[in-house]
Amino acid sequence: MFHIYCPHCCEYREEEEFHASGQAHIPRPLDPDACTDQEWGEYMYFRKNPRGIHHELWVHAAGCRKFFNITRDTQTYEIKEVYKIGEQPSVVANSDQ
Amino acid sequence: MSDVTLETPEEQPIKLVENQLPDDNTVGDKVVGESPLHHADLDSIAQKGPQEGGVYFREQKLMGMLTLRCVPSAAQQKTIKSLLGVALPMEPLTSVTKGEGEEAISVRWISPDEWLIIVAGDKAFELESRFHEKLKGHFSIVNVSGGSTIFEVSGDHVVDMLKKSTAVDFHISEFPVGKVVSTVFAKSGAVICRIGEKHFELVVRRSFADYLWLWIQDASREYGLAVKA
Amino acid sequence: MTSSSHTHGSQQSNRLQDGGRIDRSKTLTFTYNGKQYKGYAGDTLASALLANGVDIVGRSFKYSRPRGIVAAGAEEPNAIMQVGATEATQIPNVRATQQSLYDGLVAGTTNGWPSVETDLMEYVGKVGGKMMPPGFYYKTFMFPQSMWETYETYIRKAAGLGRAPKERDPDSYDKMNQHCDVMIVGAGPAGLAAALTAALAGARVIIADEQSEFGGSLLSSTETLDGKPASEWVTDVVKELATFDDVMMLPNSQVNGYHDHNFLTIQQHCTDQFADRAPNGQVAQRLHRVRAKWVILATGAHERPLVFGNNDVPGCMVANAVSTYINRYGVVPGNDLVLMTSNDNAYRTALDWHDAGRNVVAIVDSRKNPQGTLVDAARERGITIMVGSGVIDVQGGKRVTGVSIAPLNDAGDEVAGSIVKMKADTVASSGGWSPVIHLSCHTGARPVWNDDILGFTPGATVQKQLTAGAINGSFSTAQALLEGLSAAQDAVQLLGLTEVEVALPVTEEITESKAMALFHIPHTKPTAKAPKQFVDYQNDVTAAGIELACREGFESIEHVKRYTAMGFGTDQGKLGNINGMAIAAKTLNQTIPQTGTTIFRPNYTPVTFGAIAGRDCGALFDPERYTAMHSWHVEHGAKFEDVGLWKRPWYYPKANETMQDALNRECVATRESVGILDASTLGKIDIQGKDAREFLGRVYSNAWAKLPIGKCRYGLMCGEDGMVFDDGVTSCLGENHFLMTTTSGGAAHVLEWLEIYHQTEWPELEVYFTTVTDHWATMTISGPNSRKLLEKITDGDVSKDSMGFMDWKTMKVAGIPARVFRISFTGELSFEINVQANYGLHVWKALFEHGEEFNLTPYGTETMHILRAEKGFIIAGQDTDGSVHPFDLGLSWAVAMKKPFSFIGKRGMQREDCVRPDRKQLVGLKTIDPKVVLPEGAQGVLDPNAPIPMPMVGHVTSSYWSANLNRSIAMGFVKGGLEKMGEKVFYPLADGRVIEAEICNPVFLDPKGERQHV
Repeated sequence: MFHIYCPHCCEYREEEEFHASGQAHIPRPLDPDACTDQEWGEYMYFRKNPRGIHHELWVHAAGCRKFFNITRDTQTYEIKEVYKIGEQPSVVANSDQ
Repeated sequence: MSDVTLETPEEQPIKLVENQLPDDNTVGDKVVGESPLHHADLDSIAQKGPQEGGVYFREQKLMGMLTLRCVPSAAQQKTIKSLLGVALPMEPLTSVTKGEGEEAISVRWISPDEWLIIVAGDKAFELESRFHEKLKGHFSIVNVSGGSTIFEVSGDHVVDMLKKSTAVDFHISEFPVGKVVSTVFAKSGAVICRIGEKHFELVVRRSFADYLWLWIQDASREYGLAVKA
Repeated sequence: MTSSSHTHGSQQSNRLQDGGRIDRSKTLTFTYNGKQYKGYAGDTLASALLANGVDIVGRSFKYSRPRGIVAAGAEEPNAIMQVGATEATQIPNVRATQQSLYDGLVAGTTNGWPSVETDLMEYVGKVGGKMMPPGFYYKTFMFPQSMWETYETYIRKAAGLGRAPKERDPDSYDKMNQHCDVMIVGAGPAGLAAALTAALAGARVIIADEQSEFGGSLLSSTETLDGKPASEWVTDVVKELATFDDVMMLPNSQVNGYHDHNFLTIQQHCTDQFADRAPNGQVAQRLHRVRAKWVILATGAHERPLVFGNNDVPGCMVANAVSTYINRYGVVPGNDLVLMTSNDNAYRTALDWHDAGRNVVAIVDSRKNPQGTLVDAARERGITIMVGSGVIDVQGGKRVTGVSIAPLNDAGDEVAGSIVKMKADTVASSGGWSPVIHLSCHTGARPVWNDDILGFTPGATVQKQLTAGAINGSFSTAQALLEGLSAAQDAVQLLGLTEVEVALPVTEEITESKAMALFHIPHTKPTAKAPKQFVDYQNDVTAAGIELACREGFESIEHVKRYTAMGFGTDQGKLGNINGMAIAAKTLNQTIPQTGTTIFRPNYTPVTFGAIAGRDCGALFDPERYTAMHSWHVEHGAKFEDVGLWKRPWYYPKANETMQDALNRECVATRESVGILDASTLGKIDIQGKDAREFLGRVYSNAWAKLPIGKCRYGLMCGEDGMVFDDGVTSCLGENHFLMTTTSGGAAHVLEWLEIYHQTEWPELEVYFTTVTDHWATMTISGPNSRKLLEKITDGDVSKDSMGFMDWKTMKVAGIPARVFRISFTGELSFEINVQANYGLHVWKALFEHGEEFNLTPYGTETMHILRAEKGFIIAGQDTDGSVHPFDLGLSWAVAMKKPFSFIGKRGMQREDCVRPDRKQLVGLKTIDPKVVLPEGAQGVLDPNAPIPMPMVGHVTSSYWSANLNRSIAMGFVKGGLEKMGEKVFYPLADGRVIEAEICNPVFLDPKGERQHV
């Protein structure tokens, strides 16, 4: 059970109020019709599954219903930071630097 | 379209605003609305049931509720303050209340761009109409009075009952009077506002009201539950 | 204790005249295995059984050997009881050492059928044991696979793992969420010192302990604090803690799980520690779900027994447990004690035994030259100490009768001299202490071996966790107190609170000599041939078994565990694991840290299902959502269907009607006159903003740019992959204002779908979404007389000319302002009336008051399904499964590929695979025999004589008997079906029948759509 800081409610809440919506920072292509099948396939289906630092999109479903991002260590389950949509993470994996 | 108010009558209506309650002058007796717990006949329980308990329960029936959505500019905030009589609470998880009885208004922060406005049942349409008249720019206001009801719970063990139902921390240092949270309540949800040290209001969805009423009865059993009319 | 067997039930032969924390003025009567016994308030079931001289509390898992109580706490492996006076109150797997005694308690052994005293299985076991070496699950029982169930039944019966009650538990269980600054696990000296320190600094504290009283080791210790009995200090601290509003003290509460982000679960025994059934209104057990800013683990340590021959014979106990029974419960569980130890600390047991007035035969110390305060105390009492020796085996069957003692070599791994035999009825042993690190492992920390204390201590963790006392290997009371204080001061500082000075009590000065690393006592015979030397009592794992596992190639300790089942029982290896690892390490010629340890997972002790379920059972198992008209449906005999959490009327049978009778009647009445459906459960979303129309165009596959005010339109919602996931009608209320409807089950998902796109992709669009599902009560009147009915109770003009198909209007219905939508899911003339939900029942009843002349018939979801299927309308979720796009459904008219914005799903449905001609497509299916109704889910084939596996072409999604058409109708997927009209498809069923059907247009009734346009 995670304890998650909602950047909109500005306090910690229990995981049961939230749910995860997959990897963060997967923007919809601006011109989907111009995408090749491969490009579209990458957007649709290909996601990271790192051991360590990962950026995830979550929603405060039972609270303010706002989406936001979490940087999480998938090995220790530590939440390194939360940040709003449109912002960039400050904690990144060495391989992403 | 007798009850439709048009924001700009000479043009296409931008948004629909309609009184959703029956008129007082309806032929015959006035139709009285039935709150979500109407079938539970709480008034009789209040009369015949226990008068004392560790938890007290009351349904505030048929209140007027409006959902306001906007990211208010300074100008909008000013207009909204003049419409509500109170400033919009901009701090997360806060609420403001003013007045008593028919004139009472409570405005609760739900999200950075959402507030729940609670007024007397027959005041909602008027307030909603005035928003459409006066407030400029991007916003949405929706009458949601029929979609929820308010459970008022109090008593020496009210926090214990709440702790069985939701994972929010109710310690007075963390949850002062006036604080409001939207959260999971049992297997449903509620907007919880502390209106006194041992006094809370839960705004719950109509369709879940019966389940939550059952839940509260069960969770209060060890402390004794008394219903208030 | 053969002598005591004569006095069962009459007197407590092992009870001391005075001493202990029991209340001799409160006699309690309890029943064990059908016999009545007496104990005292303050007893555990285990201490009361020992007081009464009950030696055998179970039979072993594999060999059916008699077993007695060996420990005094959560680590007890043998005394696993079935507790409960009635069938409904049965609780399996209760450790007698943790169950408080109460008047009327009924307990029985879990293991040992038909009787623990004379177990037929013992004889089988003696033979069977040879045939059941470690790994017997794998070697014997896994093959043949088909026999597994038979074997399992046999194993379970023979093993006796406790049984669940067959009747409903009458008690209520509860969950409670807690928050605190400091959660302290364990209320021994370290925990109490920590609690006091944190409380004085103003922290919000929760302190929990599994025992009925706080105090931990101090409750059974003869040590003094400040020169007074330690228990007096405990009393004072508990009293002081009780004065703080923000300190919650939870005795009888097992912290069973330590989860991520400092979330802990505690099982509190509320009434089940003093009553078979909870007094009315009270909660039997409560599960606390705690979120703590800081956790202090002060969980203490478990003493390790030594492994020697026949060490499972009743009378063999852990040394400290013996002291606990004497000092805390006033029970001496025997007459003649032999103490075997590798350390000084265990000498206390011999001293306690001696001081209780019973005979200490000898202290057998594996060390050559023990020195220290306690050793001196033993010598002063004239107790015989045999140094450099070990008990290599014991004699006796149902109770120890004697011991064999032999000198050991320096390493302690060989017998180095001749055997001495002595008479004794009790053998207490100690191989040192194992820190209780279980909770620290729950979040993934790997324990670390510490050579100084010969045990594992908690490894590095990312939790906000501190540790104090014996869990760190700090076994002395003085050190425990100090560490408790200092851990709490650390927490206080980290919390930003101000430290308050706390005075610790003065402890006794005790010097001890170094303990010896000894786990397994050698025998004169090789391990495989020596009397059985048990490591894990509950699973009958022996030293020989572990050596065998290692020899067979299982080198990882995790493999050894699974091969031998060591640590698998309800005690989770609390006593045996370290000994087992040490034996494996030695066999593998490794050190213990090289061998490693298995990891402990939640829960620390078994948790009842009641505590896990809490009040989420019975009527509260899952929420039931009701519409405003629910009470009417109940009164009118509706059968209900679950749609999501909603209870929707399924059909309304009249007296003696079968379901099909009722459906036929409802279907015909609707098409011939008028029917009414409670459609309140449809998801409804109010959409406002100047970009609302643009947004709709992006999330729906069809066009919205030109929908005028007052009009409604059907829309299909697809995922980015192009697959349909929801549908519904959206109406234009104002230029910047729309009302969207969704499927009943999809409402929450659709709202979140709109929000995620708005918040993460298109925040620049000015639009807001607000759910109004519960705000509106929705009732659909459908059928040729629906207009006539509506006209009777509305002030609106609903004539054909004024209100056409797909129009909506506001008007009053039965005096209530309403939004009325002329939309149809039945293909009939149809009006969907929406009123504020608090008036829903009023309007519904008014319709019936005026509907009698039209035979207004209520219908439920099943009739709705039939009527829409007659028209070939899909239900998202029934005729779609996430793998079909609009073209597959024959709904190309609802896709506007030319819209300027590439709507969600457009790119996806253009993938190569989505434009294949032989995709499965939704078609109508008419069975050749009109009386036969295809089963939904049936798989179609084109050639019923094709060899198996037949190539399948698609399945039936919807299938009903249509009373209106007097035949069966169905829809289903067929590969390339849209091009196969008139062709045959066959449905071979599991019962051997093959149903033949013709592919047809799915619109079975009124193909031109005239009925809904009247």
